[in-house]
Amino acid sequence: MTDIAVRVDNLGKRYRIGIRRGADPPMLGEVISNLAATPFTKLMGVARRFWTRHTNGARPVPPDPNDLWAIRHLSFEVPRGQILGIIGPNGAGKSTLLKILSRITEPTEGRVEIRGRVGSLLEVGTGFHPELTGRENIYLSAALLGMRKAEIDRNMDEIVAFAEIEKFADTPVKHYSSGMYVRLAFSVAAHLEPEILIVDEVLAVGDAAFQRKCLNKMEDVKQHGRTILFVSHSMQPIARLCERAILISGGAIVKDGPAVDVASAYLATSLRTNAEQAWLHPNTAPGDHVARLRRLRVHDESGNTTETIDIRQPIGIEMTYDVLDSDHLLWPHLIFYNGTGLCLFTTFELAPEWRGRPRPAGRYISTAWIPGNHLAAGAVLVDAGLRSAPPPRVHFFERHAAAFHIVDTPEDNSARGDWVGDLPGVVRPLLAWNTTWQKQVEPEDG
Amino acid sequence: MAKDLSQGVSIVGGTPAEGVCTSNSSAVPPITTVIEPSRGWVPLKLSQLWEYREVLYFLVWRDIKVRYRQTLIGVTWAIIQPFMTMVVFSVFFGRLAKMPSDGTPYPLFVLAALVPWTFFANGLTLSANSLVHSSHLITKVYFPRLLVPLARVLTGLPDLALSFLVLLGMIWWYGLLQSRPALVWLPALALLGFVTALGVGLWLSALNVQYRDVQHAVPFVVQLWLFATPIAYPSSLLPGAWRTVYGFNPMVGVVEGFRWTLLGSGSAPGPMVAASALAALVILVTGAFFFRRVERTFADVV
Repeated sequence: MTDIAVRVDNLGKRYRIGIRRGADPPMLGEVISNLAATPFTKLMGVARRFWTRHTNGARPVPPDPNDLWAIRHLSFEVPRGQILGIIGPNGAGKSTLLKILSRITEPTEGRVEIRGRVGSLLEVGTGFHPELTGRENIYLSAALLGMRKAEIDRNMDEIVAFAEIEKFADTPVKHYSSGMYVRLAFSVAAHLEPEILIVDEVLAVGDAAFQRKCLNKMEDVKQHGRTILFVSHSMQPIARLCERAILISGGAIVKDGPAVDVASAYLATSLRTNAEQAWLHPNTAPGDHVARLRRLRVHDESGNTTETIDIRQPIGIEMTYDVLDSDHLLWPHLIFYNGTGLCLFTTFELAPEWRGRPRPAGRYISTAWIPGNHLAAGAVLVDAGLRSAPPPRVHFFERHAAAFHIVDTPEDNSARGDWVGDLPGVVRPLLAWNTTWQKQVEPEDG
Repeated sequence: MAKDLSQGVSIVGGTPAEGVCTSNSSAVPPITTVIEPSRGWVPLKLSQLWEYREVLYFLVWRDIKVRYRQTLIGVTWAIIQPFMTMVVFSVFFGRLAKMPSDGTPYPLFVLAALVPWTFFANGLTLSANSLVHSSHLITKVYFPRLLVPLARVLTGLPDLALSFLVLLGMIWWYGLLQSRPALVWLPALALLGFVTALGVGLWLSALNVQYRDVQHAVPFVVQLWLFATPIAYPSSLLPGAWRTVYGFNPMVGVVEGFRWTLLGSGSAPGPMVAASALAALVILVTGAFFFRRVERTFADVV
């Protein structure tokens, strides 16, 4: 039985944008003359629009250059119980989609059918008023988010306790620290029990501990078989929580599929460097008269070039270079950085047959293997270099010549275990753990 | 080597998520919401207002709670406004200009009009700005937008009750407090004032979203309306036939009705009040439909 919770059919939303030109700040005189002219130009505009609407309203309207389609021709279905991640660059139309689904704004065309009680969390602390106390704000915010008064009464103590604000429940929230404020807001949200939950980047605020609490709560909700539509900029929670994701770009669905695949595809397109880079012309390739770099690529175990690699799989970095002048002692090496620019490690070629041996001219292909379960999930950038000695010389050094993504999956074995939250660190080895057990603890005497 | 490691250390089987996801099947058919673009005039959906009555309750409750917080004299403000206006009017119009007052003491004559007027003027001003001031809610959560101006007008009710008590006190002080059969009309007259404030509030709040000119026009409109309503002067200044026409200003019916029921001044303003009720109803119904029609753009423009 396929029970559809949300059906979006050919949805479109058009915004009318005013034309405003000129990057320079206008002069004061201009401001004043504009101010003086504005009432007349605006009134004329209103009159003209009124006139056209009532004279040729039946005729099709020609496309207006001031029109902007935030989303268009969007169609998808969400089965009941699914957690759908919605990702995409800024301005792709994600927020517009959520606003239509939450009934905050109307679509221009198309249709949405939602089966079940909807709750939407588009901000932290919806309806909070600074002058009201914590308890009063719980009533207000929860009512606005769709909770009945009886439900709020029943959950009040629990909401206060979950937010850890027992002592300040009767203090106006304007005196709260930002942490308390966010905890209270989230606590209200966490006690909503809609059948379909729409969440927008709520996880983007708050500290790491709070984000972890959010993720765990979402995981909890997931176990209750509720449908969730979840928008986020950060790929980690999407890949971890959602079975499926859609990638929206330019107001249309670009990719729809398993969350891990869609997240990797998005990350791959957002990286400026590719998994493979080749220099076709021998004279312009990086290098000198001794050696030139011809190609650098990242590939998986079976040799296919890939931008995204499962954290459990080994990664091959293949460096192709031409040695033009014989009899040098050459040291190819690679340097790895993560997405934040932190240097992860450097590795020099350790092929026994070439160690300490001068190389004849010709084409060389050196591959370094990074074992699976070694680096943490995220982006990795690679520098490729070739040195020789003595005297110490650099023949080529290509910064960030290739890049790839290590993606984390919640399935099977990884250092994550069954934990779904944030996993800090730059390496993620799969360690051998040993746990002993004894039924009774002997009382220690003395 | 890496492969050996991952196979050798087998920890736990798959996560339980998959199994639990399908376990929840509700017996009750879920409510279906259809979201489609609306065109032209749309139904008012008053049943939805009833469905969201608790939200209305909390919006009113919030405004009442917040209204006089961090003020020194608090709720006294509700009394000061009509009372001080009465004092000023009594000195200038009553004492100096010798304005007629249908045979009742001039201060009473003015206060009986100012009590419903203050409720109307405040309700109008607050509701006209209500949507703009609630933009943080309108862009973040769904509920029938009609509740926003409605809540603002309702917020004035405790103030109305309080100033009404002061009015009763004044009438008693003048020794004119007595039970009249006409008093049964008082709630209806208060309702008329409420309907007028809400009707105009709906028009202005919806217009204010698109054209902030409204914000600047409101104080001015209220001031003009004050003088267009028989507050400082009696409507008996007008010749008989014109009084009914005058009644199409809905506040004329409210003010003259209040005086007649409480003070027994003048004759029963029947036709006048009927005209006012008709005008108020037209304003409310057109206001509500206009509001619903432009409601769809609120979140985009506000």
